[in-house]
Amino acid sequence: MADKRNNPGMASRRRFLADMARTAGGVALLGLGVGLYSRQAASLPVSAIRPPGALPEADFLGACIRCGLCVRDCPYDTLKLSELGEDVATGTPYFVARDVPCEMCDDIPCVKACPTGALDHTLTDIDEARMGLAVLVDQETCIAFQGLRCEVCYNVCPVRGKAITLEMRHNERSGKHALFIPEVHSSACTGCGKCEQACVMEQAAIKVMPVSLAKGELGHHYRLGWEEKRKSGESLVAPDVPHEYNLPEGQRYEHGGAGLIFEESANKTPFGKSALDTLNGRSAAQ
Amino acid sequence: MTVRTVSIGADAIASKGWIGAHKWLLVRRTSQLSILALFLLGPWLGIWIVKGNLNASLALDVLPLTDPYVLLQTLLTWHVPGLTASIGALIVLAFYLLAGGRVYCAWVCPVNMVTDAAHWLRERLGIKGGSRLPRNTRYWVLAMTLVLAVVTGSVAWELVNPVSMLHRGLIFGMGFAWSIVLAVFMLDLFVSRRAWCGHLCPVGAFYSLLGHVTPLRVSAVSRDACNDCMDCYAVCPEPQVIPPALKGEDKGIGPVILAANCTNCGRCIDVCAKDVFVFASRFQNKSGGLGRKSPSQKMEVMS
Repeated sequence: MADKRNNPGMASRRRFLADMARTAGGVALLGLGVGLYSRQAASLPVSAIRPPGALPEADFLGACIRCGLCVRDCPYDTLKLSELGEDVATGTPYFVARDVPCEMCDDIPCVKACPTGALDHTLTDIDEARMGLAVLVDQETCIAFQGLRCEVCYNVCPVRGKAITLEMRHNERSGKHALFIPEVHSSACTGCGKCEQACVMEQAAIKVMPVSLAKGELGHHYRLGWEEKRKSGESLVAPDVPHEYNLPEGQRYEHGGAGLIFEESANKTPFGKSALDTLNGRSAAQ
Repeated sequence: MTVRTVSIGADAIASKGWIGAHKWLLVRRTSQLSILALFLLGPWLGIWIVKGNLNASLALDVLPLTDPYVLLQTLLTWHVPGLTASIGALIVLAFYLLAGGRVYCAWVCPVNMVTDAAHWLRERLGIKGGSRLPRNTRYWVLAMTLVLAVVTGSVAWELVNPVSMLHRGLIFGMGFAWSIVLAVFMLDLFVSRRAWCGHLCPVGAFYSLLGHVTPLRVSAVSRDACNDCMDCYAVCPEPQVIPPALKGEDKGIGPVILAANCTNCGRCIDVCAKDVFVFASRFQNKSGGLGRKSPSQKMEVMS
């Protein structure tokens, strides 16, 4: 034993192993710190939008080499490189729609500039970009819901009339006006953020969000009967037996939406449409 | 090692003049600053010769350059990089294979100016000791950064890498990146001599791997004239690379510094009053008719 302990070869081997363990331990600690920090840094704030064609965030953080070439080729200075201390992973490109939205260049120079493919080069039509999805998040304060004709988001939309449409609804408050409600359609919205930037309110009522956050997803087993019917050309289940109403002569009911229908011949009788009219002395001619 | 902190290179200045004793240092600083200036011309003056940063750039709208180390991390996250980035990385790899892997450290990397400044101040203030780091720690850090890429699926090291932090910060906006640069400066000033570039930096470790085959090397071609003044050791950022070439004649080792961690900075050439060192080819390494590379020199890489 004593010989072994005094053996210079043994001693140097022990020192070697101890040194190696020390180095490995220190470096592993550093790696743990950086690794945990990278998990933190991977959470992109909702207000930060990636350039068009960006891979899904998890893939993007592996593919982007933080060179800033997309930022340089952005003609409108929309894109920024995140600096240390910001919430976005340092050195990666993003924009904030409320400040400077994407102008949706036809030639998509930012995508062309990307050397690694973190911005997908298969994106050649900017209308196909899905940087995010506009959502009318605040329906309490959006002035369209107050009955005002605003429609700014609808009018600035680069995919006008497709990504945002105006849906008319009855104004319950006034009882006689229409509400022109902006409705976003994910089939056409590129997430450029023009609507968010243009929103006239102090805080935008319409905001671009990551698609994953903005979209719900129907259970995959769901089948919408009317869609299936349209696709197959006929109902997939046994057709409903039309409901029979026991209506007075000259009247029928139409299920397509017209409702109660008075046949032409009904007006030719000396009686009114309703027995009550006759009793109330109203003219049958009316 | 002889303590001659104040008078390093005094003999060389006496014999060659100040300019002569700082020739390669001046050329090297010019190189570092010119490369930085090329990148800054665009954002500062609107003259776009080079776009991007050291991670990837595009010069004159035709020449792509990509840092192969960053691209390797990207590969390890299972992303197949685009053609432009791959071509850029091959060009950079080819250049450093020829010019010397760690030429990147001495001639290009902006952090070198920070750590050289820290080292200069450390010598000036006479700060000694501090914790001793093994020189091979950098290979552990290198391995760690590559493992991180696999485990996290992101180019995680780029979140803290002082090299890209400083370069990108100067070009695109610093944010708090200055704090990491300051940390490196403090580390080199107070904690350990030449700690970052000489012991820890994984970027340098990666480029050193290319240095095993680079033709351009420093050679102690006139080692017979060495008067043991030790100035080259004192000034060298990787002094462990010198002895085999300078003192290996008895053992049949050639005069070329083959150790991959020699940064080809040329300070030893400057500082030697006897003009022992010159830039040479690794193949001009004949000594006593023995082999070009001895086992003891191979070991130097890891020491």
